[in-house]
Amino acid sequence: MRAGEGGWSAAADVVLRERTLWLVLRSVGLTASVTATCLVVGIGLAWLTTRTDLPARRTFGVVAALPLAVPSFVAAYAWISALPGIAGFWGAFGVLTACTYPYVYLPVAAALRRADPGLEEVSRSLGRSARATFLTVTVRQVRPAAAAGALLVALYVLSDFGAPSLLRYDVFTRVIHSSYRASFDRTPAAVLSILLVVLTIVITVAESRTRGRASQARVGSGVSRTAAPAPLGRLRLPAVGACVAVAAVALGFPAVSLGYWLVRGASASFDPGRLLDAAGATLGVSLLGALLTTALAVPVGILAARYRSRGVRTLEHATYAGHALPGIVVALALVFLGVRYVRPIYQEAPLLVIAYAVLFLPAAVGTVRASVAMSPRRLEEVSRSLGQGQWTSLRRVTLPLAGPGVAAGAALVLLTCMKELPATLLLRPTGMDTLATRLWTETGAGAYAGAAPYAAALVLLAAVPTYLLTRAQARLVADGTDREVGTAGAATVELERAGTR
Amino acid sequence: MSLLEVRGVTKAFGRTPVLNGVDLDVPSGALAAVLGPSGCGKTTLLRVIAGFERAGAGTVTLGGVRLAGGGLHVAPEKRRIAVVPQEGALFPHLTVAGNVAYGLRRRDPRRSSRAGELLELVGLQGYEHRMPAELSGGQQQRVALARALAPDPHVVLLDEPFSALDAGLRASVRADVRTALHTAGATAVLVTHDQEEALSTADVVAVVRDGRVVQAGTPEAVYRAPADLDVARFVGEAVVVLARASGGLARTPLGVLALAGGGADGEGTVVIRPEQVRLLDAGQGSPARVLDTVFYGHDASVRLEVRTGKGAPLAVLCRTQGPLPTGDQVGVAVDGPVTWFPAPP
Repeated sequence: MRAGEGGWSAAADVVLRERTLWLVLRSVGLTASVTATCLVVGIGLAWLTTRTDLPARRTFGVVAALPLAVPSFVAAYAWISALPGIAGFWGAFGVLTACTYPYVYLPVAAALRRADPGLEEVSRSLGRSARATFLTVTVRQVRPAAAAGALLVALYVLSDFGAPSLLRYDVFTRVIHSSYRASFDRTPAAVLSILLVVLTIVITVAESRTRGRASQARVGSGVSRTAAPAPLGRLRLPAVGACVAVAAVALGFPAVSLGYWLVRGASASFDPGRLLDAAGATLGVSLLGALLTTALAVPVGILAARYRSRGVRTLEHATYAGHALPGIVVALALVFLGVRYVRPIYQEAPLLVIAYAVLFLPAAVGTVRASVAMSPRRLEEVSRSLGQGQWTSLRRVTLPLAGPGVAAGAALVLLTCMKELPATLLLRPTGMDTLATRLWTETGAGAYAGAAPYAAALVLLAAVPTYLLTRAQARLVADGTDREVGTAGAATVELERAGTR
Repeated sequence: MSLLEVRGVTKAFGRTPVLNGVDLDVPSGALAAVLGPSGCGKTTLLRVIAGFERAGAGTVTLGGVRLAGGGLHVAPEKRRIAVVPQEGALFPHLTVAGNVAYGLRRRDPRRSSRAGELLELVGLQGYEHRMPAELSGGQQQRVALARALAPDPHVVLLDEPFSALDAGLRASVRADVRTALHTAGATAVLVTHDQEEALSTADVVAVVRDGRVVQAGTPEAVYRAPADLDVARFVGEAVVVLARASGGLARTPLGVLALAGGGADGEGTVVIRPEQVRLLDAGQGSPARVLDTVFYGHDASVRLEVRTGKGAPLAVLCRTQGPLPTGDQVGVAVDGPVTWFPAPP
């Protein structure tokens, strides 16, 4: 809509520029290469940590999920501050792969744990070799999970703003931001935003097409047994080496780099008051964002879980579309909206909080729906047959059962708000700084030491809950007896997917 | 006088008809079993009675008050009909006592004593503060029954409540539930696909097929005088033999047999229950050869091949105390009256 205002010819100019074509190629190239690498790394790690006799595989299993807690712009900062030479494609590719492979790893590992080993045993007993069985049976079972994970990776890469910007690789998000900043003519930014949205929609539709076919191949649940681990033999050491290497790239190096700059920063001019201010502001707007998002998500999530009408299904699909909307696009849309119609709250906290709700409502609805679905509908029926009305049943049975899941979802929205960069950058109240925006400003000015405390504070805030979540999931699956493990696993993945966006 | 009356109830999901005009009468204080193979619509019938599903047509009446039909649909919570679902479905976030007291009013002075009373009735006194996850399957089922009985419902509906239990436990929980229901004076409807469970537990059995009640009566009536051949085969093992009837007797390859009910004439079949078939020494009765034996422990089921002189040999089943060697030559005779079904015109 905003794009049309500058006149259609101006819009067409932007689209047809040679620069724009290059921009599309660069974005698609980065997205494709990161997604492909994530599939290899994610599926490989998932198989090693769930199905083999890898030493300390439980520990590796937890460690492999931890990069989720590292916001990509923090990792980008850690790398470029130590090795300025990596700016450009390889830097963006490496950092984004290291940060996003858990989106493939987590669902595939969950699917491998859930997959019925009986099927593999049947295949072996019918005369297929271990390798043929892996390729024809096991891979088929994890295909839907891997496809969903790959979709998340692709959307993440397309919509990520912080990492490519810090690593100075011109993709859509970075160019949108700079063209918005650079001139009063907002047409290029708007047109490029539309192109970016079209690209994300194309990817989402493509994925849902493959999913439609893959889900028919999916097999019923009902496993209480884990598969016997495959012996790695002579490949044990290389396998450990690979796991360690991934952990070193994704966690070790950023940690060391961050530590170095922290020490340097302590001697440089560092203002603890400013850090506290930024942390306070971060917590404030994020809390409001989490509250609003959850308040909106609870009714929609209950509807989505309980009433499978056509309208509700459409709403759910809209949820997936929402996953795909890049933060920078939502932010720009709200800027235009704010300037034009709600001037009083433009560049005030309320508009930022609304932006958070728009961005993270889809994920929150997903967690609410998953937790409500965990409380069987039959319990509500029993409650009604015992003389309790519809609303009383909801209050006395469904909400208490879904409560923990909803609370966890709210906590994760809170965290995600804390780490949000592009929308916060554009919409924050004048003079207010959050941890993420301070990190952005300092790094942009080349003040790596000054940025370190903000990066460290952010990582600390994000790491603890991610670790707890992964542990909780591992425990649930280890119990194995619980019928709801499948749903709980799905809920956890949904929660994690909501993280670090 | 029936407490619960179901008249001509239909129900379809989309274009698939599930119930095609069900009639069911449950006398006050009785335990009625709705018996049918899986997919016959019996669970749907239960859900219509409970009010979870709306009937397409027909009426449901409780003690003379209409609950469903003619545009009326009383909400489930207003019907005072409690359900015991498969696998119990206890509220996992409440203690055993919390589950049992769930349907009682908050300010009910009898709240805590009533929960204890009912737990005692189902043999679980002292379990008040356990959580459902700490109970075995049979215990969960009994708590679910106590929870259903607590608010003093008019009717209790049990949906295959024993199918999740293993065989040994099933019999004892079944007996306990029956006793508890009778002690509480409750009227109950039990849905099951297990004919042994229906015959041994219920006062009234309604056999459902293709969304219709094809026969209702006491367990004995349904077993001894089945309405048609399919019912005869469904409620127990049956030996079906071609016969010609006249004057209260049937001429069969196994001899001339008395007909239950008498007065039939013409071509048809008779149904003989395996326990009516008596084994004799070779040379007596009709000559037969042992095909194989299935041993159950408490008794055995022997398949015999009876030579009939003309036509194909006849397969006959009988009960014995132990296995017989395959190929043995024996004789068979049939005791007691058999059931007659005229041949289809």
